[in-house]
Amino acid sequence: MSQSPQDQALQQTALHALHVELGAEMVPFAGYDMPVRYPMGIMAEHLHCREKAALFDVSHMGQFNLAGDDAVAELEKLVPGDINSLKTGRMRYSLLLNEQGGILDDLMITRGAKDLFIVVNAACKDADEAHMRAHLAGDTRLTKLDDRALLALQGPQAANMMGQYDAKLAKMPFMSGMQASLDGLDCFVSRCGYTGEDGYEISVANDQAEDLARALLAFDDVEPVGLGARDTLRLEAGLCLYGSDIDTNTTPIEASLTWTIGKRRKIEKDFPGAGPIMDQLFDGPSRLRVGIRPDGRAPARAHTEILDLDGNIIGEITSGGYGPTVGGPVAMGYVDAAFANDGTEVGLNIRNKVHKAHIAPMPFIKKGWK
Amino acid sequence: MSDIRYSEDHEWIILDGDVGTIGISDYAQGALGDVVFVEMPEIGASLDKGAEVGVIESVKAASEIYTPVSGEIVAVNEAVDGDPSLVNTDPLGEGWLFKIKLSKPEELNGLSNQDAYNKFLEGLD
Repeated sequence: MSQSPQDQALQQTALHALHVELGAEMVPFAGYDMPVRYPMGIMAEHLHCREKAALFDVSHMGQFNLAGDDAVAELEKLVPGDINSLKTGRMRYSLLLNEQGGILDDLMITRGAKDLFIVVNAACKDADEAHMRAHLAGDTRLTKLDDRALLALQGPQAANMMGQYDAKLAKMPFMSGMQASLDGLDCFVSRCGYTGEDGYEISVANDQAEDLARALLAFDDVEPVGLGARDTLRLEAGLCLYGSDIDTNTTPIEASLTWTIGKRRKIEKDFPGAGPIMDQLFDGPSRLRVGIRPDGRAPARAHTEILDLDGNIIGEITSGGYGPTVGGPVAMGYVDAAFANDGTEVGLNIRNKVHKAHIAPMPFIKKGWK
Repeated sequence: MSDIRYSEDHEWIILDGDVGTIGISDYAQGALGDVVFVEMPEIGASLDKGAEVGVIESVKAASEIYTPVSGEIVAVNEAVDGDPSLVNTDPLGEGWLFKIKLSKPEELNGLSNQDAYNKFLEGLD
């Protein structure tokens, strides 16, 4: 028997009731009923995050703990990053790769004193868990932290607020993590984000998540912000959305994520897909992920064809829309490597009309983190 | 000027002589969110009722505009071209989109008056 859509009930995060109370428009996202925008609206939410601070519910993402003496060595078998050199309390952006060098997911890895804390994408978390369970050997113990919510506080005012709970939180370096007590709630706090701004991600027990969210929203300069603005913020910041900008058909080299491959890992060539990836690094990829600025005002959405000046198709937009801080359309996508230099003029086929655009450096905004 | 009439695609039309001014409803602008770009029809284009006549881009997505009546495009709102947010702030006034010279005025009879449109909206939720 086939299931009707009604049978596939959407999951809810620990903050679902709060989103509804705050007047959010809820939409299905990666199997969850999530807030896409609040009454403020996507544009104002986006600008508020860039100017003050925004609170996001990202509890749909997958949180894992990986423990055991072999945890670092075993995880390195699945990612190209140098996890071994990561100091305690530091975190790194990395990629789960398949044997062809394709990207299974992107993830954040924080090294604790005795274990690793891993955050993966919501849509990939079940597949990632199965992949890790199938490949992690030795004494590793992988625990899915289903009992924890994840909140993101992002924006230039975030550090001031976090510093009011614990002065150390305002001083912790970007891309580091630490245990902290926020309003008496036991949290694991990471200084990182997906907006291009300074900010934090806070892992907290599900049954304390609403208390924490309400405490953060009580600051005058914090507004709740939904997934709509989260997407425009990360697009302006030039950050990849898994499933749109990167997937199993893209390699780290093509995705302009070569920097995620550790120096030692390049020498030892012992990560998944190292053969094809190192060949591609040596020979140069045939296509590259680049930033694109349409010269006019029409936004170019995902799947828009990118053309050379003779009208030949040279690539495709993978993410695009209006950048509220830029004040105009911004996009990213893949183009043939010959057209990947900043400033190269291209055309965009938007509803069967060619619109001029050019290849542009990312991020499209001045980054707000140090 | 005639009373306002609405299509089920959330366009409105007000007739002045044989020229109708067309925009999107307050409900539609709210559902779309912040409008950032409008692709207007070409002046002089002849279109059948229900034809795609342009596109409204909000931060969230692109949505087609359909003409609720047949006719020839005689004007587009240059002010909206310069400031697309007028569609959000004044959808029934300064945020109008285009004017069309009706070729089949009787098509107006198939559109809803304000009360009927309000009832239609209640049925959507």
